[in-house]
Amino acid sequence: MLRKRIIPIVLLDGFSVLKTINFKERRNLGSPITVTRTYNTRNVDELVLLDIDASKQKRAIDKFTIAEIAQDCFMPLTVGGGIKSIKDIQDLLAKGADKVAVNSYAIQNPLFIKEASDVFGAQCIVVSVDVVELELGVYAVFNNGHIVSKLDLFEWILKVVELGAGELLINNVTRDGNMKGVNVALAKKISNIVNVPVIYAGGVSCPEDAVRICETNASGVGISSIFHFTEHTPESCKLVMKRAGLSVR
Amino acid sequence: MLKIVDLQVGNIGSVIRAVKHLGAEYELITLPEQLEGATKIILPGVGNFTAASVKLYASGFVEALNKHVLDIKIPVLGICVGMQLLANEGFEGNGAKGLGYIDAVVKRINSFDETLIVPHMGWNDVSTKNLSLFQGIEDKSCFYFVHSYAMKILSQEELDIAYTDYGEDVVAYVRKNNIHGAQFHPEKSQAVGLQFLRNFIELC
Repeated sequence: MLRKRIIPIVLLDGFSVLKTINFKERRNLGSPITVTRTYNTRNVDELVLLDIDASKQKRAIDKFTIAEIAQDCFMPLTVGGGIKSIKDIQDLLAKGADKVAVNSYAIQNPLFIKEASDVFGAQCIVVSVDVVELELGVYAVFNNGHIVSKLDLFEWILKVVELGAGELLINNVTRDGNMKGVNVALAKKISNIVNVPVIYAGGVSCPEDAVRICETNASGVGISSIFHFTEHTPESCKLVMKRAGLSVR
Repeated sequence: MLKIVDLQVGNIGSVIRAVKHLGAEYELITLPEQLEGATKIILPGVGNFTAASVKLYASGFVEALNKHVLDIKIPVLGICVGMQLLANEGFEGNGAKGLGYIDAVVKRINSFDETLIVPHMGWNDVSTKNLSLFQGIEDKSCFYFVHSYAMKILSQEELDIAYTDYGEDVVAYVRKNNIHGAQFHPEKSQAVGLQFLRNFIELC
């Protein structure tokens, strides 16, 4: 049986690892090489690395950092940040990424998803979608500090899958970094309307939150704050998930 | 020398890093005549079956592989699409011919179940009892899979097969004499994956 995935999400500002709160406040957490090496020895299922300033600063995520991280990373590695061409993807794959996450540029030019998916295969193309909760059950797509009012969240999700996204990474901005709990209804709704893997991130406060997300059709849960700032580890999360009857590695 | 075939249709950096990590000597080859002197062959594959098949036939690798794998019986390991290429034919894209070493075809994974999530992406357990390439690996260990098409065996004659469960029995590993195929990515399956590769390098 396919296992539910626990995926540490590592955010970069180009140089250092950081953790955001609501995508705004930041705390610097040191070298990405050290952070990812720790995760590697902890035998995690997969890693996601996102350079959250790349698009804004009109550059791509640093290839050499990726190469160094991939050097002894024998697990799947998803990399995102500022990707806007087939060449950008080629470069990242050559440096050791297995999948790439596209976000801002997909909003500007949705057909890029199709182009990339046709060239590299859907399994390689993750579309990352940032979501804000306007009020209970009302959502909007968020990008670069703004609500993208031309897009309806669920229509956008269906569209990117139709265009060839092989996986969705949903980041709940409203809950980002708060460690105050997850939005299960959102994870449930998204994972029920598509038939590609869905990874939900944003707000995980404890291993039980990972259980709640993985009890939906979501394929996995993205976690960052509680791994950086609390005693919880990917292993301790999996133990709780296993006890709850979920299938984990 | 271990030769890794680069068909230049997908990124094979991970395979190379894993082989390097294991301390094995290897040569990355792009031309069929470079197969000369191979003691082991890895045929990695990422991406699309048809694209890989086109490259395989256009480059002249088919004849060279036939000679080394079928006549000289050099151990070969196909990984992911590289494993699928061992079959008779595949139906991804326009459809194309494989090498025909394993009597099988390659079809989309959820041809019966519309609700199944495709690609089959993530960690899944493999029943590996008594198979030599899984020595030192616990039965039902998890390996990393990412694929939308899977091998459907037509005749099991002379085959060792290990399955994983994803809506149906999915062929995770297949062997016919010196010919091995892994649908999972050993180079991305952490310790068990490295052990599997080490077994291919040291035991075959």
